[in-house]
Amino acid sequence: MPDSLPPDSVGLVEPQTLHFDEPLALASGQTLPHYDLVVETYGTLNADRSNAVLICHALSGHHHAAGYHSLDERKPGWWDRCIGPGKPIDTNRFFVVSLNNLGGCHGSTGPTSTNPDTGHCYGPDFPVVTVKDWVNSQAHLADRLGIKQWAAVVGGSLGGMQALQWSLSYPDRLRHAVVIASTPRLTAQNIAFNEVARKAITSDPEFFDGRYADHNATPRRGLMLARMVGHITYLSDASMGEKFGRELREEAYKFGYDAEFQVESYLRYQGERFSETFDANTYLLMTRALDYFDPAYDYDNNLAAAMSQARCEFLVLSFSTDWRFTPARSEELVNAMIAARRKVSYAEIDAPWGHDAFLIPTPRYEDIFTAYMDRVAREVQQ
Amino acid sequence: MRADLEIIEKWIQPQSHVLDLGCGDGTLLDYLQREKQATGFGLEINPDHITTCMGRGVSVIEQDLDIQGLGNFQDRSFDVVLMTQALQAVRRPDIVLDEMLRLGRECIVTFPNFAYWRLRWYLMRRGRMPESETLPYKWYNTPNIHLCTFKDFEALCYRKNIHIMNRTVVDSEHRYRWFNRLWPNMLGQIAIYRITR
Repeated sequence: MPDSLPPDSVGLVEPQTLHFDEPLALASGQTLPHYDLVVETYGTLNADRSNAVLICHALSGHHHAAGYHSLDERKPGWWDRCIGPGKPIDTNRFFVVSLNNLGGCHGSTGPTSTNPDTGHCYGPDFPVVTVKDWVNSQAHLADRLGIKQWAAVVGGSLGGMQALQWSLSYPDRLRHAVVIASTPRLTAQNIAFNEVARKAITSDPEFFDGRYADHNATPRRGLMLARMVGHITYLSDASMGEKFGRELREEAYKFGYDAEFQVESYLRYQGERFSETFDANTYLLMTRALDYFDPAYDYDNNLAAAMSQARCEFLVLSFSTDWRFTPARSEELVNAMIAARRKVSYAEIDAPWGHDAFLIPTPRYEDIFTAYMDRVAREVQQ
Repeated sequence: MRADLEIIEKWIQPQSHVLDLGCGDGTLLDYLQREKQATGFGLEINPDHITTCMGRGVSVIEQDLDIQGLGNFQDRSFDVVLMTQALQAVRRPDIVLDEMLRLGRECIVTFPNFAYWRLRWYLMRRGRMPESETLPYKWYNTPNIHLCTFKDFEALCYRKNIHIMNRTVVDSEHRYRWFNRLWPNMLGQIAIYRITR
């Protein structure tokens, strides 16, 4: 945290927990009898409640998207570079809502919450939730906040899938969907990487079939490995080369198997830090939600038929070096929207950082995002 | 609005579904959306133009005709496919024309006439590749790699069984002049063709 709050920051923010008593029927057939959602909001809801923007988070994200929780906080929220006064999602004009999704481990009901049936934490008994389920829970959140229609639903990666699902599940409840660095479905390679991550977790002796909390254990090594392999897929060969090259931590080879290259120690550090803060069951759940997302499935695998349900306008953005969800995946989505005669704009942004580029504003990314959101805001004011 | 766009606009029915190849800053599509309740998309590769389109609510797709083609669009999916001042700049104008006519019921194409008398005179007098206000480039840096004359274009249409519904010949400011009708291939600078198959 800097000595003073930057002028383009939303400043100090406080999360709030909203409790929902109406049961939520899930895609799996199970039901959550009641649940909590942790939410942060930035900006002010206008009189006719038409300026609300929903932010959907990605795999390891949460409700803290912008600003600082305290003056001691080292870093602001995960998308602070895009949310704030004068930023692409301008909090002078929009009322921004950001939540931790169900199944998460940052305060919303998930595997670490207490199971009302047993009095113990859910652990592996927490039901598998899907993108559709999340969107349904977000619709209840919108009801609670008195928001009939979002000005926009915005998300990157897994968050983009939620924005897309909103357009299909609740076509009349959003005017724009901004789908960044996302895909209409995972490829076999994407699922394969998820499987490696899950296998790393489930084969950790400290995993105890997901009941590690009952054993006062944490599958740290598994989570660390899962994050390390995941992290590789978020970066690009070029950006890793730029950042680390073949740089060694010490001057000469030591002819052993400890972390000798800088990239090794970086990955280990990222993995370790993640394993201390993230829940293993949540990681399994989030990767499964990714695997299952496939809106075309309900329409004989015809994505255009699925997209013809949508009523909102779309902005789709991809990044040139993203090999996790490549520009070709975004183009597949855009072509389905074109065939369905939906309003869609698309650009492939040249950026070296691979999948992570959606978190890092470049001049073109910022220009496009700002221009589009400015138009969304102008519609609100009319 | 640019004068050629004013001419084109008259040939587009209300509520048409339009594809504009090389839509620039989206002026025409914006006008058609507002005044004629048209829908549709623009294709563009210039980043600033793309941003402008997005900011004004014109649906724009970043797509390079020469690299990606138009294979991602379905047969007969548009009422009108437009291309203003870009036919001479694509790698294969003949294939682009076929593709346009595959996608649209009607197509509107504009391009500069290389047989305009000033260009002929420039070449004859100086023996150098002509430069003009419509074609302000050197031979080595021009984007206009497939310049043609009205006669050339019409010969291609004849060979491809493309029916020319309308043709308007104008000067570089896109004004009608009486002499353009008299001897278009000599006196006209820019042609606006409305074609179908």
